[in-house]
Formats: sequence, C-alpha cells, structure tokens
Amino acid sequence: MSDTLRIVRPSLTTRLTGWGRTAPVVGDVVEVTAADASAVVVDAPGRGVIARGLGRSYGDAAQNAGGQVLRLCDATGGMVLDAQAGTVTVGAGIDIDRLLRVIVPAGFFVPVTPGTRFVTIGGAIASDIHGKNHHVDGSFGRHVRRMSLLLADGSVVEISPDSDAELFWATVGGMGLTGVILDATIALLPIETSRLAVETRRVADLDTLLTLMSEGDHLYRYSVAWIDLMATGASLGRSVLTWGDHARLDQLDDRTAADPLAFGARQLVAVPPLVPTPGVVNRLTAGVFNEFWYWSTPRHRVDEIQTIPAYFHPLDAVGSWNRLYGRRGFVQYQFMVPFGAEGTLRTVVERIATSGASTSLNVLKRFGAANPAPLSFPRAGWTLTLDLPASWRPMADLMHELDRLVLGAGGRHYLSKDAVTTPDSIRRGYPRLPEWQAVQRRVDPNGRWQSDLGRRLELVDPPRSEQT
Amino acid sequence: MQNALGEIQTIAVFGGTSEIGLAIARRLITPSTRTVVLACRDVDAGARAAADLGRDAGTDPVMEAVTIEVVAFDAADTDSHLQVVAEIADTVGDLDVVVLAFGVLGDQAEFDADPAAAVGAVHVNYTGAVSVGLVVADVLRRQGHGRLVVLSSVAGERVRKANFVYGSSKAGLDGFAQGLGDSLEGSGASVLVVRPGFVHSRMTEGLAAAPFATDPDSVAEVVARGLRQGRRTVWAPGVLRYVFMVLRHLPGAVYRRLPLG
Repeated sequence: MSDTLRIVRPSLTTRLTGWGRTAPVVGDVVEVTAADASAVVVDAPGRGVIARGLGRSYGDAAQNAGGQVLRLCDATGGMVLDAQAGTVTVGAGIDIDRLLRVIVPAGFFVPVTPGTRFVTIGGAIASDIHGKNHHVDGSFGRHVRRMSLLLADGSVVEISPDSDAELFWATVGGMGLTGVILDATIALLPIETSRLAVETRRVADLDTLLTLMSEGDHLYRYSVAWIDLMATGASLGRSVLTWGDHARLDQLDDRTAADPLAFGARQLVAVPPLVPTPGVVNRLTAGVFNEFWYWSTPRHRVDEIQTIPAYFHPLDAVGSWNRLYGRRGFVQYQFMVPFGAEGTLRTVVERIATSGASTSLNVLKRFGAANPAPLSFPRAGWTLTLDLPASWRPMADLMHELDRLVLGAGGRHYLSKDAVTTPDSIRRGYPRLPEWQAVQRRVDPNGRWQSDLGRRLELVDPPRSEQT
Repeated sequence: MQNALGEIQTIAVFGGTSEIGLAIARRLITPSTRTVVLACRDVDAGARAAADLGRDAGTDPVMEAVTIEVVAFDAADTDSHLQVVAEIADTVGDLDVVVLAFGVLGDQAEFDADPAAAVGAVHVNYTGAVSVGLVVADVLRRQGHGRLVVLSSVAGERVRKANFVYGSSKAGLDGFAQGLGDSLEGSGASVLVVRPGFVHSRMTEGLAAAPFATDPDSVAEVVARGLRQGRRTVWAPGVLRYVFMVLRHLPGAVYRRLPLG
C-alpha cells in the first residue's frame, strides 16, 4: 500500500458516451490503481462516482454527468491462474482479451464471453454478461467465486455466494451501483484446443428457427442465430443458426493439432474517425449486407473448425465499428420474453421488419434459467438484439411500442444495452428491483454511486447532500 | 437525463404561460418525460396552462403520467432567481431542457411617451433573462449536461424603428445567449438561440402580420429539430435566416425607407 495517493492520470473533464455514441455528457475521469481507488471515492464530489471499464455498454451505464468517473488502470491487480483449481484471480480492470491471451495457451477458456473481448472483468460482473452458452452455463455471475468490492465509505469487503450473498448478488448485474469491483476469482472452463467445431444452418423463417433451437440447443454448448430483421412475408425471421462446441484434439487436422492451444487475435482493420455524419448504415447497405450474409451461408455445414476470435468475436476484427453509424450514433435494443411468449416475439419481429428500419447486426438467442441476482437480465426465454441508427426518426415510436409488447409478455430490457427505455419499464421488467434497492441503500446510504443510467431509470436515489 | 433518441425527462419553462413556451413543452413531451415545470408570474394562469398541457399529454395513450408543476417566477424580480431555480432543481432533479420564453412586446408609441414603461420592458426582456439565464447555466454546467433554449427574435437581428425598444432588448438578449453558449463549450451543457419572426399569438393579437409569419407550434417544431440536431441557432421559419442576411447588410438609407411597420 502506498503512503501517497498515486493518481495515474489527473482528473480530466471529458465528454463521455457509451459504445452507441449517443447522449454525450461531461464528467471528470480519474484513472487510479486499485489500491488508491478508496481515497478517490471517499473524496468524491457531490454528484458521485461510477466505475468505467472499456466503455462497451451501449447506453449511459458507465458515465456520470457532472460527477466523477473512475477508471481502474489495468496494470494493477495482476492475474493469477490456478490451473489445479481451474480458476483465475484477476484485477477488475483487466479485459477478456488480455485474459484469453494468458489462459487459452494454458488450456482454459472464460466461462462466458460476450460478442467482444473488449470488456473488463469488472464490467462483465456488473453487467452479468451472457454469451452463446447461456442455455448451458448461465451468465457470468454464476462463475464468480469471490470478489473484493470497494464500498462507498472507502472500505473493501470480500464477498462471495457464501459470504454476504445478498451484496454479492446485488453486485452481479448491479451496474456498478453497489461499489467498485477491484478483483475477482473466476472459475474457468478447461479446453483441449483453442478451436470450435461449428455447425451452421440457413433457416428459412422464424417458426423453423424457434423449433430448431428449442429441439437442438441442448446438444451444443454454444448456440446463436443471426436474424434478418428486414425480411418480410414468407421470409420473416430468416436466419443463420450456428451451433458450436470446443473442438477436441482429434477433430483438428495435423497442422492445427501441432499447436492446439494457439491464440492470436488480431484487429484486421479499423473504421476511420471521419465517417460522414449520417453514417454508412442505411436501408440500402443494410439490405445488401443481410442478403449477402444469408445467401453466402451454406444450407447446412457441419464440423467446420473455427478460431475463438472468428467464432465469438467477429466484430472485434473491425476497430471502432461503432463509427459506421455516423455522428448521431446508434441504439442497440435488447430484450427478452419468457418461453410461451413466442407470439409476442413474432409480433415484434414483424413490427421491426415492416417498420422500414435499417438493421443488420441482429441476434436471437435462447436463454437458460436465471441466477439469483435481482437485476440480472437473462432468464428462461428468448432474447432478441438489434442495432438501429439513432438518427432514424420513427425509432422513438417503434421503441416505445416494442417496450409495451415486451413488458406485456412479462419480458424485460438489458440495462447494459439500454439507452431509450423508461423507469417504469424497468420497474415492470424487474419486479425484484425494490429488493436490490434495499441492499443498495444499505451499502450506499448517501448515494455516492451515481451513473446517468441510474439517474435516468431511477435505480438509485439522488446523492444526499453532505453539507454540514 | 436525455435518452439516446433525444427524448427529454425534465423540462422547465420560464414564462410558463407563454404560448411559444407551452408549445415547445407540448412538442417535447414524450413517453420518457417525467416532469414539466411552468415557472410564471401569474400562477393561476399557470395552473390553467398546466391543466391544458396535462390534458394534451393525457389524451395520448402512450404517455405515462407526466407531472406538471407550477412555480411562481417573476422575471423582473432578479433577486429571487437563485432561489427559484434552486427550488426547481431540488424538486425535479437534473434539468434536461430549460426554456426562457418570457418577454413583453409593448407598444413603441407608449414607450416613446413613457420611458419608465420602456425601462420596465427592457428589464424583463433583457435583465431578467440575463439573471435567470446565468443561474440556470450554472446548474447545467455543474450537471455536465442540459440545454438552455433562449427565445430571441428576428426583431433583434436588425432593430427597426417600429419597435426599437423591444428589438434592442432582444438584440442584447441574443448577444448574451450566444456568448453564454460559447462559454459553456466543453461543459456538456449548451444553449440554443431561437429567432422567430412574427408569431401569431396573444402577444401579437391585433397587429398586422409581417411576411413569413408563423405560429407557436411551428416554432416548437423548429426548436425540437434544433435540439435533436445539436444546433446553436435556429430561425423560425428557416427562410428568415436568409431574409435577414440581406436585411442586415442593407444601407441605413435604404433600410429606413422599407415598409417594415
């Protein structure tokens, strides 16, 4: 521990947005080591603090207008792999990309990965992220063995599913509003190779897709469908379904088998900062992309061997791809509806397909059971994710209409993606919100943890004036 | 907080019974809107305006309950502004959009005969707006976000003899608002200067309409678009920008002879 405060970079007034590049605000970004975070938090000014990782939440989860934004510099915390126990203890500022570069060659994989490697461990827990294996392995929180959490009063506590389980599960999916996660121990998945054996199917329509996933998902660890949300009529919901499993050594050819745990993810290209204001995603480009994606997929292909980056993180090959949407940015809308609400899912798909929206990066996934976290997004059912350019005028009406359909079917929205919904939608979608708020108030009675998301959706109380 | 689509959660209108101010509030209310504050001198008229606004919002099944609050505010009583704004911020939380919509048009002939009346009008239009504008700007700056919409007027763009007291007060206000906007650069907060032409409303009742006359709803539409696009200045209607580009550069000898009322 240090005697003097080591602020790695002094407080810098910075314009911040989420990955969607919408609703910019200004706050003070402070970069500190995990050891010194406590001192910064205790001295935080009136509008509070929120931790920010790599800013991959799409909306306003990791920004705090007029307040402080804390970044844990990732040099601290380190990474300790316990190959015997199959766990890794890692600083919360370290991202999955760096983690994979260490653990994959050692024969391990992260228990859950989202569609990008560029999320920090702290963010992964705070968002309780899910991946293509949710139907088998659940979300990230289920694999967290313990973590240390910096509380609003500057103290650090150890929490786990067995020790202050209430705070542990409030922190999983808690959007950083219970404290700053400093480090965590994660249970890893042993792998024989760094490749995936992938089965791909072109699926003609939504009903066929839902049937295939319902009947086949359980045979594979990974399952996800890319869905064309611009196709209408008989092609409504046409998709590309991919199932996958970690490849066994005997599935690799000789050349690949020579170095079965090789891992070398690279960025191939980056989108330059100067994309024209309206962006390049429009009805024409999105439509062409969707046609191409669908028809370039073979009708049915089995046992294709793919690398981890190609299978899990294809978009990471394109740096700053969020710039494709231009200056006004984009909205990623993700919701889930429980099993039994397939009719609603179909209505939603129809509404989007006939709305005139330009949308390409759309994903349908079947969720398994929920975990005990009150604000964790996934629960048994279907989740649909779509990207829309924020400059598209009819979006507001469409979003509010979809909100009503989703909530009416007992569904809800993913906080880490949200940028458009309302406090009421969240209260209805997350009936255990009051339970979470009770824990949050217990550990943060003065409202030190504040984010724009927390303010906008009324998740937390405003800071209590500490003037004397 | 404003959401990704530019939908506003909280709106405060100073000059809360102004037709343009109310039209802007009505136009900005969406399912995301939580609170609208009407700050006005005549709280009874404010309560009626609030009821109308609530009814308009209430007829739309999409709307969740929007709370509409009426707060006493006198633009001329500059000593009270700090407290009024603080109270509003206390009740509604962050201010997403604040509209300065108060003002008196007056009658030039009356002002010619009664300089004290002219001073009163300028005090409201300019001094009052400077006072409350600075107080609000300080709140927005500390918030790190928020938009201040200032109702200027083309009358201030090139002042004319028919209403030069009013016009000069708007000229001052326009300059103030632009400078304030520039001073907020980098703070996350910003100012939108609105320059309407002749607007059919109570304020202009009985007056002969000027060319390119518009109405409060059209002004509100222009404001909503300006906010969405992150503009600093908008004209209502937009064509006035080009009309005044010409008028501004006319030689005085020509300008004085124009039949501008």
